[in-house]
Amino acid sequence: MSIAEQTSIVETKTPPSHRARRNGRWAGYFHLLGARMLELKREPEVVFWVFVFPLLLAVGLGIAFRNKPGDASSVAIVAGTEGQDAERLLKQFRQNAAFKVDVLDGDAARKGFRLGKYDLVIEADAARGLRYLYDPARPESVLARAQVNDALQAAAGRRDVVATTVVTSSEPGSRYIDFLIPGLLGMNLMNSGMWGIGFALVDMRQRKLLKRFVGTPMRRSDFLLALMSSRLVLMIIEIGLLLTLGVLVFHMRVLGSLFAIVFLGALGALCFGGVGLVTASRAQKIESVSGLMNLVMMPMWIFSGVFFSYERFPAVIQPLIKALPLTALNDSLRASILEGTPLIEQWPRLLVMVLWGGISFVLALKWFRWT
Amino acid sequence: MTLAIQCRDLRKTYDGKVEAVRGLNLEIQTGECFGLLGPNGAGKTTTIEILEGLLEPTSGQVSILGHSWRENAREMREWLGISLQETRLSEKLTVRETVELFASFYREPRSSDEVLEQLRLTEKADAWVGKLSGGQRQRLAVATALVCNPKILFLDEPTTGLDPQSRRQLWDIVREFQRAGGTVLLTTHYMDEAERLCDRLAIVDHGQIIAEGSPADLIERLGGHHVVEFAVRAKNPSGDSAGAAPEAWRALPSVESVREEDGMVSLNVREPHLAIPSLLDAVGKQGCELQHLTTRQASLEDVFVRLTGRHLREE
Repeated sequence: MSIAEQTSIVETKTPPSHRARRNGRWAGYFHLLGARMLELKREPEVVFWVFVFPLLLAVGLGIAFRNKPGDASSVAIVAGTEGQDAERLLKQFRQNAAFKVDVLDGDAARKGFRLGKYDLVIEADAARGLRYLYDPARPESVLARAQVNDALQAAAGRRDVVATTVVTSSEPGSRYIDFLIPGLLGMNLMNSGMWGIGFALVDMRQRKLLKRFVGTPMRRSDFLLALMSSRLVLMIIEIGLLLTLGVLVFHMRVLGSLFAIVFLGALGALCFGGVGLVTASRAQKIESVSGLMNLVMMPMWIFSGVFFSYERFPAVIQPLIKALPLTALNDSLRASILEGTPLIEQWPRLLVMVLWGGISFVLALKWFRWT
Repeated sequence: MTLAIQCRDLRKTYDGKVEAVRGLNLEIQTGECFGLLGPNGAGKTTTIEILEGLLEPTSGQVSILGHSWRENAREMREWLGISLQETRLSEKLTVRETVELFASFYREPRSSDEVLEQLRLTEKADAWVGKLSGGQRQRLAVATALVCNPKILFLDEPTTGLDPQSRRQLWDIVREFQRAGGTVLLTTHYMDEAERLCDRLAIVDHGQIIAEGSPADLIERLGGHHVVEFAVRAKNPSGDSAGAAPEAWRALPSVESVREEDGMVSLNVREPHLAIPSLLDAVGKQGCELQHLTTRQASLEDVFVRLTGRHLREE
């Protein structure tokens, strides 16, 4: 097959209009962004880890820690106790719906108690009364002892000397799931920001794609901008999915404005994009950047109040915890979503994120290796 | 007429220790296909990446179409099509999307369809890059270089690891580009590739050019176009004349040079019809018999072996 023939075929098939094409200033940026979004869409793992996993986590934890109407204490009564004087009381007691009561022999009752099946064991006491076996280190055991004792004493005729009334409160906004969803949102923005930017960059560097790109007139800033923009697009979807889940499934109340939430999401996404960028600025191998990223993210998973409040940590390290970008993001998301706190009142948190993102970005530009 | 590529006394030292390029000079004319030929680690890739503006030389000057990378990098990139050694393009993009992406970086790119057609990739236009064969991937890499309508095409080991058919297809594409007026600089460690494609080439070893010229020139300089290879053995096992001295072979008519390797003697010969009869006589007189005899055309491999005492693909 001679080349001359092939060339002539090409000539005839190509209309001349195809050749007069001019690219505008932003053609490269939009193509980079488009290519990035296509790649993400075609990578099923990305869709799972970025979108599905946080939802599963929220649903799982939401169910595990859902607010049940006062978990019924489970109580074991050692067989034989019923034959005692307290028999009448206990019979009445066994009708009480607030308790789950089993009657069984002493050994089985103690074994069940050790394994956490029973919160409290009731047995006969030598002094013709009742003896409670409970564990002061287990909150549910302490609770069961108090409740059971109250119920038994009241049934036996004890009179309360002070009149009390009770108001129950399990309003949306103060439950665990309300605490959890903004935390998950923050953590997800961190994870996908770090991985989405850092991992992608090192991967492209390892494949020499970055080097190939800088061999073209592509503006380097366009490339980084497109990478950041792809994070913003994903961020909108991440926030939308998690909040929709919270509102529809867990009847969460969103008090802050949507604008404020998206603004915080964008700030968080850009902040962690910057941190991801600096983490990946020099690494040549996926393995080394994975280690680095875990090192950077680990303290924030633990300290930044994703699953539980960081108030439990010693007061000495509280200022350090508050200086972490994820703490700032989680706190501000919670304040906006749950309390509707205006952004302007949260300026110290916003400043923390701006500083982390800004400084990282500047360092990344300084250290960044394209080859 | 401006030179397409010129460099003077190019040097590159990595980490202050490894001297990859040690004083390299090149002048490549517009419209020429120029090859850098050399073994792995000779400094070919470092050289081509410096010329492409991807690496900063430790010292020396580079000028591409009369411009220097310091002044005018962005503009210069509009003129150059580059195919690096082993770039792994995104696997989850289609062939067309990849070419379009690269096209978007240039002010006035060619139409992607036209480039795909030229590179015989039209059928694969909507296939993911991850699904392509080695030859198709390499053609796609060249497509990303040609889509910018370059004046100079840089190809770093374009056919390494390809099957013969894919190699030939790529050669056709390179010739086509050159016929349309383009300048090509390629590196290779394949002799046949250099012989067939390049108008001129430079043989690079240890970061320096050890010979330069057209393939025919270089072979000419070897002294003889033909190579006679043979091995001999003594007829009488007790005889001690088996290893005849190279001087004896050198003295034969029309022989230009002698080389011995693993008991095989190769002679560079101008006129085999003179050399071979006298070779047979000499073998007989020494009481030996021929074990093996072939003649072939001299190749660039012979030039390289002659210049360095090593084979191209030896480590």
